[in-house]
Amino acid sequence: MTTATDTGQRAGAAHDGVGADALRPDGALKVEGAFAYASDLRWEGMVWGATLRSPHPSARIVRLDTARALKLPGVVAVLTHEDVPGHPRYGMKVADQPVLAADRVRYQGEPVALVAADHPETARRALRLIDIEYEELPALTDPEQAVEGAGPVVHEERVDGQDGNVVRHVRIRHGDMEEARRLADVVAEGVYEVGMQDQAFLGPEAGLAIPGEDGGVDVFVSTQWLHDDQHQMCAALGLPPDKVRLTLSGVGGAFGGREDVSVQIHAAMLALHTGRPVKMSYNREESFFGHVHRHPAKMWFEHGATRDGKIVYVKARLLFDGGAYTSTSQVVIANGSYFAAGAYEVPHAEIDGFSVFTNNPPCGAMRGFGAVQSCYGVESNLDNLARKLGIDPLELRLRNAMTTGTVLPTGQAVDGPAPAAELLRRLHARPLPPEPEARVSGAFSLPGGLNNTTHGESVRRGIGYAIGVKAIGFSGGVDDRSIARVRLSLTGGEPVAEIHTAAAECGQGIVTVQAQIARTELGVERVVVLPADTQVGDAGSSSASRITWMSGGAVQGACKAVREKLTALGEGLLADLLAEHGPVEAEYEYKHRRTHPIDAERGQGDAHIAFAFAAHRAVVEVDTELGLVKVVELATAQDVGKAMNPLAVAGQIEGGSAQGLGLAVMEELQVAEGRVRNPSFTDYLIPTIADMPAVPIDLLELPHPDSPYGLNGVGEPPTLSSTPAIANALRDATGLELARVPVRPDDIAGRG
Amino acid sequence: MDFLRPAGWEEALAAKAEHPAAVPIAGGTDLMVEINFDHRRPDHLLDLSRIDELEEWEVGETHVRLGASVPYTRILEQLRTELPGLALASHTVASPQIRNRGSVGGNLGTASPAGDAHPALLAAGAEVEVASVRGTRRIPIDDFYTGVKRNALAPDELIRAVHVKKAAGPQQFSKVGTRNAMVIAVCAFGLALHPDSRTVRTGIGSAAPTPVRAREAEEFLAGALAEGGFWDSGRTIAPSVCTRFAELAAGACDPIDDVRGTAKYRRHAVAVLARRTLGWTWDAYRGRGANGKGTERCA
Repeated sequence: MTTATDTGQRAGAAHDGVGADALRPDGALKVEGAFAYASDLRWEGMVWGATLRSPHPSARIVRLDTARALKLPGVVAVLTHEDVPGHPRYGMKVADQPVLAADRVRYQGEPVALVAADHPETARRALRLIDIEYEELPALTDPEQAVEGAGPVVHEERVDGQDGNVVRHVRIRHGDMEEARRLADVVAEGVYEVGMQDQAFLGPEAGLAIPGEDGGVDVFVSTQWLHDDQHQMCAALGLPPDKVRLTLSGVGGAFGGREDVSVQIHAAMLALHTGRPVKMSYNREESFFGHVHRHPAKMWFEHGATRDGKIVYVKARLLFDGGAYTSTSQVVIANGSYFAAGAYEVPHAEIDGFSVFTNNPPCGAMRGFGAVQSCYGVESNLDNLARKLGIDPLELRLRNAMTTGTVLPTGQAVDGPAPAAELLRRLHARPLPPEPEARVSGAFSLPGGLNNTTHGESVRRGIGYAIGVKAIGFSGGVDDRSIARVRLSLTGGEPVAEIHTAAAECGQGIVTVQAQIARTELGVERVVVLPADTQVGDAGSSSASRITWMSGGAVQGACKAVREKLTALGEGLLADLLAEHGPVEAEYEYKHRRTHPIDAERGQGDAHIAFAFAAHRAVVEVDTELGLVKVVELATAQDVGKAMNPLAVAGQIEGGSAQGLGLAVMEELQVAEGRVRNPSFTDYLIPTIADMPAVPIDLLELPHPDSPYGLNGVGEPPTLSSTPAIANALRDATGLELARVPVRPDDIAGRG
Repeated sequence: MDFLRPAGWEEALAAKAEHPAAVPIAGGTDLMVEINFDHRRPDHLLDLSRIDELEEWEVGETHVRLGASVPYTRILEQLRTELPGLALASHTVASPQIRNRGSVGGNLGTASPAGDAHPALLAAGAEVEVASVRGTRRIPIDDFYTGVKRNALAPDELIRAVHVKKAAGPQQFSKVGTRNAMVIAVCAFGLALHPDSRTVRTGIGSAAPTPVRAREAEEFLAGALAEGGFWDSGRTIAPSVCTRFAELAAGACDPIDDVRGTAKYRRHAVAVLARRTLGWTWDAYRGRGANGKGTERCA
């Protein structure tokens, strides 16, 4: 085991090879504002696409007339559902979302019509000239009604063949609950809620579609998964894969919000219809309607424990609001349910997870993918249990911490490292930050920050711990593969490795890591990572904390294959061999071990390939009279298996912790009666530098037995434990229940 | 949309007279957002950025004449002594980039109840210098805000400057937001002690349809201070006085529930800010510094 709190270059690492702090190639460009994001795309003769969206959460379209819009000078096309060339609906898992609404809209912001015009403003003005009449229908906006079968049905006819408003019920039964209740001396119950968080990536959705001479289309787009986009586009456009060619454009953050398609099909439709290149680029407000959000959740938790603090059982009911269309709801609720017992040894469990349809904004993937919500619930109720038992919350966690071999509620034994207790111990051993009086006080150091609301009055400190576990990679029987092509050739007499994959660089650093792997495996200095596109095989999604593992594994495999070919060519210097025999190339498909779906009755099955753990200790200071919060320190400990690029790992951990802080104290898309009330960065608040504290990182590198280089997924785990650690610290400071996140000032103060 | 670019002040006034619906633009930090979102599409924009004198200020004997386009960054860096309340308020405006372009003239022109400068101007005491081809007049700040995002300007008038009384005593400004920087006020409170006239002035932001003063609170406090001879003795104010002042400040609010906070919370928070800022300013007046140590009684 090695640990590193610094991110300095390790001894023995190849120059910018695996394990080095290699700098990302786009870093300086991004800082200088010179990096080309998808919104910067330009093409000669291009026109601009715009989307007409429903203002209503639920309505029938009575009349739709595009004549006036078409007459506006500069407008080249107005398209409706009648112009969709192929399948009228799309979706990642279930194709239930209309490409353009035909007669019915199910959420505010649902796309209804498209315009292309020679100027973006002309396109937007033309949207207002589309004559459309709606008949508003009663909207189902309460997920509890949805799960009870009350209220209107969102989908009169479901494409998955099921009925009603429950997308999926995940049922997990483990052990013997009757026996468990007899064994429990103390029971702690709580109901916890999570508001709707948005990915709030800084680069809104954008793409460029260029019609090809072969009747196909070339699409440049910011996305997380080129091949799944291609698959959905082919269906909607009625074209074969060789006619729908995608290339990744500059991605300005993703966090799950670019898993579902946004502009892809629409821009391609307009391009194919007009024969002209079409650019689509959402503004900030449209972006809030242009992608799915994190599922808001209501969760009922009950823990039973013996008097000496051993957890006997957990009973959990999770209700996730999936909004109007499926997106990834059925998988998100599964992931939330898998980990509803937390990072603990829990012999008996009864877990029921529901995701439901409503007429609220559609929800789907966001960093942590359901496990964020259940981690918040279980970690909140664990502090509640600790209070009931009169045991220190940290001690309670240590007494029940999961280890290798722990059997999950789904019946799978945890294999690979499971250092839950070690992470918590390390956090505990870290000295606490100084109290306010002992600190150099600056504008950022107290609750209220720059806003000058306290000079120390009513400031109370609280400390909270939380730990989270989630699966890495695709779970539940998905046949997950990733392909890489590596070519070694001479350029100017020097060996150069070219790497070609479809792995989407969303800011996490996969471009850097692929080059690092090639340097280590091939011993070459010069590596070129080609643009990600669909000319090479599927890499799978940049999600589920999987891309470094999967595409990294594929690149490693391809490099090894190249090396074998070189060996077969005989002895000699690399440059000489390449000069004599020409370039050497290999393609490799990486697969991880098989997983299995859980069964419907008891939710049992070996569904996962790996588990990743992170823990946080939050130190907060609360102005108890105003309810304002300063998170003073957000220390974290995480096992990453192997830090492929320690600098990038630190970036992922800090970023994930920040996103968790946002959910704890400010980030919420407020929805009332199906309508979004704050679709702007004026009122959807994300943490600033005045809100983010130092994030001291304690990195464990316990090699995972099954992965390339022993690495484990890094991106999501910090987002799980950061939120409940802060919530627990706020509870510690205030003595309040604070069942719902984000905790707002008026939850703490001025309550009457 | 026509973009008018007057080279000087007289030319600007002439343009405004000719096009009374023209919307002035200086830093553009507010207006450009509305234009980019197509929420507003005026026929004429009147660009004031070429008029240098709008970015100048003069420190006089009793007042600072602050040009309408002086950016907040200048105020918080260079006018802390003369205009401490406004400097504190300027520091809470948005982000450094916005503070480099945004100005008090813009805040006054928009007249949003959430504008950060308003409570400080109300508390300090100020007059808005406005001009048109018809001439120049000064509008007392107390008469300036006439409704939600409405002010006392005539259609042909432009804001030239604001005359703010130089601080004769301690001033404070506090703003509550759900984030520790770069946030629209949930509510805000400005307080200025005027030992020269033995008066107290206040300003409340984001807790009524317009920025308002808490007049009853001011009168109560001025009365209490005079009655007990506090201005001369510099004694500590009784907690009951602080509490009453805070209650009256909350009573001056007429807040609403919105995405940023509830009416109930706003009223509560204004009371807390009133009590705390009174503690800080009074301690400063007594010469003990506003470090929080001597303020237990009020805070």
